[in-house]
Amino acid sequence: MSETPLTGRAQPDREPHRFAEWQRLGGYDALRGALKRHSPEALVAIVEASGLRGRGGAGFLTGTKWRLMRKAAEAAGEGPRYLCVNGDEMEPGSFKDRLLMEALPHQLIEGAMLAAYAVGATEVIILVRDAYRAAAVALTRAITEAESAGLLGRNILGSGFGLKMRLHASAGRYIVGEETALIAAIEGERPVPRHRPPYPAQSGLWGRPTTVNNVETLSAVPHIVQNGAEWFQKLSRTEEGGTKLYGISGRVNRPQLIEAPMGTPAGELIEMAGGIRDGRKLLAFQPGGGATAFLQEADLDVPMDFAHVKKAGSSLGTGAVIVLDDQSCPVAAIGRHARFYARESCGLCTPCRDGLPWVAKLLDALEAGHGTQQDIDLLHMHVELAGPSGRSFCDLMAGAMTPVKSGLERFGDIFAAHLKGHCPVGRS
Amino acid sequence: MTLSPQTTQAIRNAADSHGGAKAAMLEALKLVQAAEGYVSDAHLAEAAAKLGVSTAEIDSLATFYSHIFRSPVGETVILLCDGLSCYLCGGDAVRDAVMQKLGIGFGETTPDGKFTLINVCCIGGCDVAPAALVGPDRKLVGPLSADDLTQLIGGGR
Ligand SMILES: Cc1cc2nc3c(=O)[nH]c(=O)nc-3n(C[C@H](O)[C@H](O)[C@H](O)COP(=O)(O)O)c2cc1C
Ligand code: FES
Repeated sequence: MSETPLTGRAQPDREPHRFAEWQRLGGYDALRGALKRHSPEALVAIVEASGLRGRGGAGFLTGTKWRLMRKAAEAAGEGPRYLCVNGDEMEPGSFKDRLLMEALPHQLIEGAMLAAYAVGATEVIILVRDAYRAAAVALTRAITEAESAGLLGRNILGSGFGLKMRLHASAGRYIVGEETALIAAIEGERPVPRHRPPYPAQSGLWGRPTTVNNVETLSAVPHIVQNGAEWFQKLSRTEEGGTKLYGISGRVNRPQLIEAPMGTPAGELIEMAGGIRDGRKLLAFQPGGGATAFLQEADLDVPMDFAHVKKAGSSLGTGAVIVLDDQSCPVAAIGRHARFYARESCGLCTPCRDGLPWVAKLLDALEAGHGTQQDIDLLHMHVELAGPSGRSFCDLMAGAMTPVKSGLERFGDIFAAHLKGHCPVGRS
Repeated sequence: MTLSPQTTQAIRNAADSHGGAKAAMLEALKLVQAAEGYVSDAHLAEAAAKLGVSTAEIDSLATFYSHIFRSPVGETVILLCDGLSCYLCGGDAVRDAVMQKLGIGFGETTPDGKFTLINVCCIGGCDVAPAALVGPDRKLVGPLSADDLTQLIGGGR
């Protein structure tokens, strides 16, 4: 068994620990130690050395993000500074942050406190998606417990460091997970993305320096601070430090969340999830949620970290592995995603607002067997429109078109068969 | 019917805890919905007035977020996932069974006012696919078979 620092202490029924119990398990030791021994600058250096990459999808180096925040905060001068915790988790196939918030709220809170101390934030706001009510309840209680224990508020443990923390409950919109939309959501604006630059570090929540980090990213921080950067590096099977929460779902025998060393190949993860369901064969998998390109048999031994999956032509995204077997129609699967992204387009920019429903309609027609070659050409046109030199305002559309692009590339023959009105792989 | 004193007070508290009236608008909508089941025009206006924001402004959020209901819903709201992982695990069969049993489609409420059925995106329950969120606490249920969900709603029929 490999080490599972992030999830190892979760109780089987997901019941979150009470404060005293959590402390007995070593909770808040990292915070107590850091406030005594480390300057904020030193904490940034530890996280930098650990190689921790953001688990929200883009894999940005957390230490670098924090350093940029410190710089921007210096330039911005006196006033509030914010850390926003991104608990929106609405990327299709992703269910990792749910466990971390529901069952291990104190771990996240401690990570957020350490991050706040490192970047100099004065307030932490945790945004939680509406579907995760149990997570909101667990976090609310845990914040209250931490306050009562004197770990939040003014002059924490006599260190001179003060911090407030609260929850912001969302109400079901995918775009809220995009960091600038998340900031708008907390301000009470209609949550559509904002132009970058300025980046949140320069002008974020209420125009003040702001860091946005994912739940899993922050949940790793107490362990890094407690055990050191080198320990964190060694957890991994590759250059990128740590363990990773992989969610395996779709056509496997036992869909589940697996904490494994960063860089564990998809083939091993699928085996751990009981293998392909009913002994069928793999057709393809998305390695990191709905917005990632398909990979296939030949990629099963690619180490699942940001660099290797990118080199294989996809991205690690949220580490949500969605598995299609040889009876899953990829045209139908891509259509599912397309309908989702079309529905969730925030409507701010025209290519996304009008383009994605069109894409969904084209895929519907193709799936149903009455599409035409022109429909496929139109899909290619949209892929180009949303491509690397994309014309949409934020990354939603580019993400939405990623499975379409890779589907057209990998499953051209299946698309062609659909033109003749029949699906060569589909179950029905 | 005006909002209860408790709801009104909770809305005021939200403005304090959320950093101002504007930032508390969504929380106010959620409070209204929790108490009343949905957000009617009258309650929307009342919540806006309590916060001192315009009705149009608060409605711009109410109409944006999928889980704020601006028209009446049934006693039990079923949010059925139509995401890919649920589809791959047989979600469409569950959808068809529940639609048949209730005699309604997505976005509709049964004539007796007991159930509303809504399709939603991935609800983070792909490990228990096909999955749904049921009731005001958004309780996650899954893996569902066509039988399970009809049984679940059978109790309320
Ligand atoms: C459309 C869209 C949706 C996103 N949704 C999420 C989300 O639900 N959770 C998340 O952590 N990051 C999400 N992100 C990424 C965030 O913008 C941001 O990069 C991330 O929260 C940064 O955290 P990290 O550096 O710790 O990864 C989304 C991005 C886009 C473009
Ligand atoms: S796809 Fe249904 S819960 Fe994720």
